[in-house]
Amino acid sequence: MLARRRVRGVLAFVTVLIGLVALWEGYRAIGQSTGLTWPFPVNERSMPHIHHILGQLFEPSRRNGPPLVTVLLQAALFTAREAALGFVLGASTGFVLGVALAHSRLLERGLLPYIVASQTIPILAIAPMVVVWLGAGLFSVAIIAAYLTFFPVTINTLRGLRSADPRAHELMDSYAANRRSVLWKLRVPASMPYLFTALKISAPASVVGAIIGELPSSIQGGLGGAILNYNQYYITSPASLWATNVVAAALGISFFGVVLLAERLVVHRAPEHVA
Amino acid sequence: MPRPAAVSLGGVSKHYAVPGGPGVTALAPIDLDVHPGEFVSLIGPSGCGKSTLLRIIGDLVQATEGQVLVNGKPAHQARLDRDYGIVFQDPVLYDWRTVARNISLPLEMLGWDRQRRASRVAEMLDLVELGGFEGHYPWQLSGGMQQRVSIARALSFSPALLLMDEPFGALDEMTRERLNGELLRIWQQSGCTIVFVTHSITEAVFLSTRVVVMSARPGRVIGIVEIDVPQPRTVDTREEPRFFELVTEVRERLRKGGAAEALAEEELLLVEEER
Repeated sequence: MLARRRVRGVLAFVTVLIGLVALWEGYRAIGQSTGLTWPFPVNERSMPHIHHILGQLFEPSRRNGPPLVTVLLQAALFTAREAALGFVLGASTGFVLGVALAHSRLLERGLLPYIVASQTIPILAIAPMVVVWLGAGLFSVAIIAAYLTFFPVTINTLRGLRSADPRAHELMDSYAANRRSVLWKLRVPASMPYLFTALKISAPASVVGAIIGELPSSIQGGLGGAILNYNQYYITSPASLWATNVVAAALGISFFGVVLLAERLVVHRAPEHVA
Repeated sequence: MPRPAAVSLGGVSKHYAVPGGPGVTALAPIDLDVHPGEFVSLIGPSGCGKSTLLRIIGDLVQATEGQVLVNGKPAHQARLDRDYGIVFQDPVLYDWRTVARNISLPLEMLGWDRQRRASRVAEMLDLVELGGFEGHYPWQLSGGMQQRVSIARALSFSPALLLMDEPFGALDEMTRERLNGELLRIWQQSGCTIVFVTHSITEAVFLSTRVVVMSARPGRVIGIVEIDVPQPRTVDTREEPRFFELVTEVRERLRKGGAAEALAEEELLLVEEER
């Protein structure tokens, strides 16, 4: 039963993948044969063949250098460390903020506008300041990633902590439970589906945050550096940038996957409470 | 020194203030004593304040006036001392906890160690005949089984008083009658005092030693019917002439209080059928 569902899931994934590849290559073929110029002329530069993009991974990254895939995986690992640290920092900050706001309407009214305002400032405007304050390095990039991570966690934690049924609170009252017991035995467990929804948004966002954070820090070793680098060579080797994007996407997806796995292990809720 | 009354209400009333209006009187002053070991039902039409009265006894809602004593102490102190267990109309189980961990929730609050909790949970599962389901999650059980878990949870710490707020109101008639029988068995085994809110005449008569009949809003006590049907009560009890006489008497009292019309229609039909 479970095995069959898993097989069907894999089948659906593969079918969609094939469909997307077919769409890309089909559009490319039609675009080239009809000389399509709108919205852009179709050629090897604007839309490299999928097999060229994948093939590029196994070409040398530079003359006599290691294959591109080795370079990109090292860069992905480098960025993953920053993103993971940023994710953990951001998620914990977000959670603690959510708990604080949930306990005090006054705090919520006073603080929430600034938390929202913080998200209206583009990360590109914040990143240089963080680098100036903390110096270029793992920590400053992690802080930039955390900046993108914490907000959904705060908002959803706040919502989740208030999601418990009033009867469930009455039950706690009947035990004369103190605030700490109510928090840990009722409000936090009740908030878990909300928290994990936020974490699923935040996990890939922390990868984006880390990549963007590398740019003003002039950090070369990560995916941010690789993207900048292959941007410069796009005219001569467009497939390299595309291949870098594929690896960056894969990193984001694996972050999402880790959160999904954690959710499976941690959350045991009625089906209607699991997103 | 004689044992204090399990519950003693002296001139207890409840008034809700409404901004810009005279407010709503939910309960007119009520005097009532429940003796240790009794099974007392509160019956009345919807909105008569019987659930509010139960919550006042449990110190979950504050009375506007009057004195509430539970086991001879103010209701607030009784709540702090965990003198009562409560069962709501909905089971109010924490769906992230297994059956066993739901039952042990109050024991955790009381600081029992793991071993003592486990042995009590096993006893409770026996009492409500749910052995083998300790590892299930609430949403994997039927409504009747969920409510049995809720009763086991309420009795797990052996409170002297059990407050029940229409616990079987959401169940089908057959399940309700079976659980009525089980509740009587549990009541006799545990020796606790039960205050039971219901809007079912037959249920009140079948279960109780005394039925307290309440009027429509503002709720007040308009009669107390002693239920002298002998114990132990069985499925045959419902066929006895004395049972029908008492059902009729409760219904007449409700009607005199202008309450019968407000009772659920199906309930009246049911009583007619049984006559």
